[in-house]
Amino acid sequence: MLKEPKFIFDPLLRGRRRPFMLTGVDTTETQTTPPPGVVLARAERPKGMKNSDGKRMLWVSHMTRIRDHQDQAAFAELFDHFAPRVKGFLIKSGANNSLAEECAQEVMATCWHKAHMFDPARASVATWIFTIARNRKIDVLRKERRPEPEELTWGPEEEPDQADVMAIQQESEILGRAIAELPEAQRELIQKAYFGDFTHSEIADQTGLPLGTIKSRIRLALERLRHAMK
Amino acid sequence: MKMAHEIKHHLTDDILMGYAAGTLPEAFNLMVAAHLSLCDTCRAQAESFDAVGGEVLNESMSNSAAMTSDSLAATMALIADGAMNSEAAVEQTADPVLPKPLRNYVGGSLDDVNWRGVGMGVKQAILPTSSGASARLLFIPAGAAMPDHGHRGVEMTMVLKGAFQDEDGYFARGDVEIADSDLHHTPVADIHEDCICLAVTDAPLTFEGLLPKIVQRFARI
Ligand SMILES: [Zn+2]
Repeated sequence: MLKEPKFIFDPLLRGRRRPFMLTGVDTTETQTTPPPGVVLARAERPKGMKNSDGKRMLWVSHMTRIRDHQDQAAFAELFDHFAPRVKGFLIKSGANNSLAEECAQEVMATCWHKAHMFDPARASVATWIFTIARNRKIDVLRKERRPEPEELTWGPEEEPDQADVMAIQQESEILGRAIAELPEAQRELIQKAYFGDFTHSEIADQTGLPLGTIKSRIRLALERLRHAMK
Repeated sequence: MKMAHEIKHHLTDDILMGYAAGTLPEAFNLMVAAHLSLCDTCRAQAESFDAVGGEVLNESMSNSAAMTSDSLAATMALIADGAMNSEAAVEQTADPVLPKPLRNYVGGSLDDVNWRGVGMGVKQAILPTSSGASARLLFIPAGAAMPDHGHRGVEMTMVLKGAFQDEDGYFARGDVEIADSDLHHTPVADIHEDCICLAVTDAPLTFEGLLPKIVQRFARI
């Protein structure tokens, strides 16, 4: 139970079961193999769950195929969707076209190599790729290392529970929709906060809006998102 | 990790969002990583902000940039070359005071911290981070407070060992005091035992600014 009422924005708290460390040292050499016949995209959709999970469950299933079968066709589809977005993110962060191209390729290659570290009960594929791209941005564009929190130890690795996977993927769909439905001014600021490597003060300088306005708009946006995630 | 003390003073949305977006200076990222290592509440929040980033990325059709025509083939070639820069696993002993991100910056445990005395029994160790903000460990012997001169920039102080108290409350292991230039403390600080803190600030390192305010308050500097 969370004691502080302001912390109600926890799409990833439910179904959270083991650490999901992106840049931590990979100590899990043994890959887990899912039981035969597990098809993440189609299996046992719980009653009441909407059919439109975006393509989230498809991406999850692609990640499993990449991890278990080095499936190049699945990778190609993931690449088509995410590589241009990652490249756009890097350009917005200040990379020139060729550096952004190179980094986006590296980010996608990392998705392949670290496929066994992706935990669909903890994050959407988009979130996972975002964190890899963000870390690459800090590494390459800012030439800094990014301190990561200490890994939690959660017991033996095992295949995530399908209900947890569904719940997390569905929650990220709800979050995506809530962001899309934000008032224009608020949505723009959330986008700027993530795309563009600007602090809130720098956004204030750029837009000519007072810093207080920026902060209160972002606060309002987060309140809406938290409300949507209840 | 068992928490003896329930953390009451957390990181703000601003800071957690900046950590997720990757827009904070390295010293601030270190503070966040150290706090998340001790605080499950903020860790869950930080993951939620990662999720916002994921959705912004996913919906960023208008900001996407076309890849070159041979980019998939080039990426497959990269993949065939093997994983990049997989860092070697460094075996680290656990440390009851320093969480792992801090152990990485001192190169070991609390015993490896390169303390330098700054007077009145106060010691500090500046950690190697990029410019733009600075991070240091502070060792503050039990002491009394003195009037605060106000802050420049943002200063965050997290207790790693011991505790201190001021008008904002009681700060023990994992608690973060966040002060910005708007905030003027009237110090009622008191330490009951030697205290070790992580302090980060984006204030320029002028002569008077060389020591964080928290030390100035405790050590009568
Ligand atoms: Zn916290």
